[in-house]
Amino acid sequence: MLEVEDLEVCYGDYQVIRGVSLHVAEGEIVSVLGPNGAGKSTVLNAISGLRPPRAGRIEFEGEPIGGRPPHEIVRRRLVHIMERRRVFPYLTVRQNLWLGGYNPAARDAREETLRHVYALFPRLAEREDQLAHSMSGGEQQMLALGRGLMARPRLLLVDEPLLGLSPAAARHTFEVLRRINETGVAILFIEQNVQTALGLAERGYVLESGRLVLEGRSGELLGSDAVKQIFLGG
Amino acid sequence: MAQAPHAPPAGEPRAELERARAEPVRTPLSAKQWVWLALAGVALIAWPHVFDAPYQRHVLVMVFIYALMAQGWNVLAGYCGQISLGQAVYFGIGAYSAGFLYANYHISPWLGMLVGVGISVLVALAIGLPTFRLRGHYFAIATLVIGEIGHTLMLNWEFVGGATGVWIPIDRDSPWYSFQFHDNKLPNYYIGLGFLTAACLVVVWLERSKAGLYFRAIRDEPDAARSLGVDVTRYKLVAIMISAAFTAVAGAQFAQYVLVIDPETVFPLLLSILVVLMTMLGGIGTLWGPIIGAGVLFPLSEATRVWLGGTGGAEDLMIYGALILLISVFWPGGLLALLRRLFVRSGDA
Repeated sequence: MLEVEDLEVCYGDYQVIRGVSLHVAEGEIVSVLGPNGAGKSTVLNAISGLRPPRAGRIEFEGEPIGGRPPHEIVRRRLVHIMERRRVFPYLTVRQNLWLGGYNPAARDAREETLRHVYALFPRLAEREDQLAHSMSGGEQQMLALGRGLMARPRLLLVDEPLLGLSPAAARHTFEVLRRINETGVAILFIEQNVQTALGLAERGYVLESGRLVLEGRSGELLGSDAVKQIFLGG
Repeated sequence: MAQAPHAPPAGEPRAELERARAEPVRTPLSAKQWVWLALAGVALIAWPHVFDAPYQRHVLVMVFIYALMAQGWNVLAGYCGQISLGQAVYFGIGAYSAGFLYANYHISPWLGMLVGVGISVLVALAIGLPTFRLRGHYFAIATLVIGEIGHTLMLNWEFVGGATGVWIPIDRDSPWYSFQFHDNKLPNYYIGLGFLTAACLVVVWLERSKAGLYFRAIRDEPDAARSLGVDVTRYKLVAIMISAAFTAVAGAQFAQYVLVIDPETVFPLLLSILVVLMTMLGGIGTLWGPIIGAGVLFPLSEATRVWLGGTGGAEDLMIYGALILLISVFWPGGLLALLRRLFVRSGDA
């Protein structure tokens, strides 16, 4: 479904991603791991069009999307939920959600999608007239996820969904990601905590300093010495 | 509202889920709000007949023109988050298009106003296309510079009168063709009120439309807006074009009201700053903010001139400098937020 080959991304003259290749199959749930500054977010930004790549090939459902603007990529139902939630603070919960569902691929079905999102997050239905900034961190994360779902993704990119959440809210978010995946949406997500990430994902990619250093099934990665070395420095 | 547990049984439709059918951005006016609006409308129509001295009417005509211009800035800066410090350029283009075309070619200023709107929108596009691709404060700085370029250009462009400006010839015979009214100020009053009302209706539509949601998304979280598929540059251009059009209409009305225009009166930096102050004083990013701001600031500057002597000193500016400071320190939402807190109980707004 998603094929990334030899991706290179630069900030100005500084090359951040040096030849990363990865893929996500239909309905799969995959994790991108790596220490701070490894370039995980940059890879997602390149895929969703927020930061055009300098070189490499990105294909989604067989069509090249590398370097296309984000609003064209969203229309193909590849949706990116960015780090730190970024809800629209002075819009209501419902307006936030509605904003996710305006693109042509999702527009006609948005009322149905909204009901689906409210079923997944009843808390959002209760608070639909509340301004987004007045909600707790966990609720804002639900809103960010729900807003992304309004675009009816077939592949969801999620950047650090558990960042800054309480353990209970993190567990809930995790559970929701699993349920979204069970409805047939493929997910590629970033997470710092190796145990947590590989508990959810089927496979994982490990990035370090802009390069892919390891990849494999979650079980293999969990037991591998190389992973311990990268994350524990041992 | 009761706190529901987290576990959501999917499938079973609940009453509140049914509400999802309604468009989220359309909230109809309550009966009470309709009554207030109707009362305000009647009051505004009757006003110049109750307070019928020419000077009393003059103050309101100027308030309408400034409020229209402030509303134009409000669409771009208040709703879409793009701070422009060069709105005088569009005002000047509107004023010169109406006045110059009438003075030299006897073209009706109504048509001149349309030409002014067209040129302003094109200039706005020419400013927006390169600068909206930049981030942060580049747009504000660019508009500041373009405002000054416009001013200097008009001072030196002899074809349109240079520093002398344009003297619009008096025509008492065909007031509606020449867009000048010499019997009394009533037509100026109602034309001003009409254009301001039209602009407010556009803003009401914006508040309830996809474009308006996109504007506010771009203002608060541009990256998130992009990630959701908003073509950010395109919607910023829509905002700046609406803004330029409102401002050009205000400029054309001003030219046909005072009948003498020159670069110092319609292209000055002070004018660009004034609309910013008015909107911030009233309440930025709100429908009523620019109107309240213009309604307070213009009469205030007139009053200070009467009390303190009209030598063109900066007393009025000092007073509203102080006002702005007070407002931004104590009530960052502007006068509108203050009024709401004083008069409207929570839940009633």
